[in-house]
Amino acid sequence: MNPVNYVYLAALLFTIGAAGVLLRRNAIVVFMCIELMLNAANLTLVAFSRMHGNLDGQIMAFFVMVVAAAEVVVGLAIIVMLYRSRHSASVDDASLMKL
Amino acid sequence: MTVPSAAWTLAAGDELKAPDIEYSQLLPTLIVLGAAAVGIVVEAFLPRRSRYVTQVVLSLVALAAAFAAVIGLAAGGSATSDAQIAGMGAIAVDGPALFLQGTILLVALVSVFVFAERRLEPVAHGAPVDSFAAQPASVPGGEGEQQATKAGWTTTEVFPLLLFAVGGMMIFPAANDLLTLFIALEVFSLPLYMLCALARRRRLLSQEAAVKYFLLGAFSSAFLLFGTALLYGYAGTVNYSGIARVISSADTTTDPVLADTMGNDALLLIGGAMVIMGLLFKVGAVPFHMWTPDVYQGAPTPVTGFMAAATKVAAFGALLRLLYVVLPGLRWDWRPVMWGVAILTMLAGAIVAITQTDIKRLLAYSSIAHAGFLLAGVIATSEDGVSSVLFYLGAYSFVTLGAFAVVTLVRDAGGEATHLSKWAGLGRRSPLLAAVFAVFLLAFAGIPLTSGFAGKFAVFKAAAEGGAGALVVVGVIASAIAAFFYLRVIVLMFFSEPQPDGPSVAVPSAMTTSAIAIGVAVTLVLGVAPQYFLDLAGHAGVFVR
Repeated sequence: MNPVNYVYLAALLFTIGAAGVLLRRNAIVVFMCIELMLNAANLTLVAFSRMHGNLDGQIMAFFVMVVAAAEVVVGLAIIVMLYRSRHSASVDDASLMKL
Repeated sequence: MTVPSAAWTLAAGDELKAPDIEYSQLLPTLIVLGAAAVGIVVEAFLPRRSRYVTQVVLSLVALAAAFAAVIGLAAGGSATSDAQIAGMGAIAVDGPALFLQGTILLVALVSVFVFAERRLEPVAHGAPVDSFAAQPASVPGGEGEQQATKAGWTTTEVFPLLLFAVGGMMIFPAANDLLTLFIALEVFSLPLYMLCALARRRRLLSQEAAVKYFLLGAFSSAFLLFGTALLYGYAGTVNYSGIARVISSADTTTDPVLADTMGNDALLLIGGAMVIMGLLFKVGAVPFHMWTPDVYQGAPTPVTGFMAAATKVAAFGALLRLLYVVLPGLRWDWRPVMWGVAILTMLAGAIVAITQTDIKRLLAYSSIAHAGFLLAGVIATSEDGVSSVLFYLGAYSFVTLGAFAVVTLVRDAGGEATHLSKWAGLGRRSPLLAAVFAVFLLAFAGIPLTSGFAGKFAVFKAAAEGGAGALVVVGVIASAIAAFFYLRVIVLMFFSEPQPDGPSVAVPSAMTTSAIAIGVAVTLVLGVAPQYFLDLAGHAGVFVR
């Protein structure tokens, strides 16, 4: 199959992720949508790596996986902390600060 | 499609070539990151009571040593004639990189003083405490928090977190490929997300700020990453000069795949736009500024000061390098967009700031307006543009640090009194502090004889010479609007009656005092005699490719 199709798939996944971040209200789901966006970028990198016949893209995908894992650690810690002090992980409820 | 398989297979006898790393060129960053790792070990093995002194000394020594290493590299010619690219093409060691690294290190050094202040909070059960939570994992107001407070615990992890953030910030403006840019972005962002959540008082606000900063920051870095992937698809490389060569069609390639993707401008334009979006978010430019006021208000004030100063320096360095090294061939496409962003940023920051009633939010909107002034210098696309932005960043970061350090001192029973109404009559009660804050506000407004004027003049001059005259007009109008609310605070402090239940000014230790004194000194020296530093920035204003 032509590897370009994977780039289209990745663009679709990225769009779904971005739409999810903007539309969903639960912080955990928002965070999962961000992970979806990162993985879409990974798929793009690997597909282009295959097309260009060099390894840069695949190596970058490894780096991105590590960074995404680190981000999960920090992100879940922060979201769980919010949940424990408010008993809600909704991003709409977190509105103590307004203009 | 046939794909060459030679690139990703290795015959059994072939040897992997080990990379060459120029350790001496990368010494400043390595010192800071190494000290951060040592800081983690200190947290794990030293008893609680000796951690604070160890961490403070370790951070100060590491930052000073790294600054000395930067000076050594600059004196050795790395900033001018001998600029080169280290770490297998990953990191540039050149004038702008060294200038910004030096600035970030000095900012961090002063920030450590403000972080380590232990005189402001009332002594809790016999132990002096700082402005960070006793035990961040405990629920606010819960039993765990009470026990931790009673035991006199403090979060000394803030110092290694600060060092990790500084390490990432030092790599960010020096990154010479898009992968290093992304990694550096995450290395400095992740510690900052955590630092935001660690306030001792008003913990719900602090946690909310951390969640907002984290979700929006991760969202924007996903955009930066996807843009990176698209640029890689376009050029077949993530190296800055490699992409620049492909954009200017200097690569006469026979590779049919590369010829195919090179012809696809959609990849280049969308990819470039997404990477710039990610950087503009970190800079805090409109329309990517929504996080700024909430995060600045909610984060512990020492963290806000550090973040406001150092993040802006690092992010503008990276933005300059991206636009001047990777995308100069595309400047007819990005300049109109950046014009719009700069105008929106200057006006929106200045106008919305007028309606603010909280001093930290006011300074946040002022930082948005200043991001707009800096963007005017970026748009100049000239050597003067680079050096004026470098100078402005150095001047602005010390004013910001000093201003937030003053905010930590004005306190009432509930902690810092950040509501503007409480600042009324502060000039009558403690004239010295109010006068110092007035100096910072005048520098923000760009009044002559302060560093703000010298910086703004340099940036607007570069922009006007670079053909952005209309932008300068908008910039001056925005400055006039901004001057209104800075002066309003000064009038409030000096010409209104103090409230009977108003805040008191805490007497700090020598550390915060020296941080504020350094801020005032830099502001006045750069305002009265800016020429030496303008020359310094002028010599440093050439990127290596």
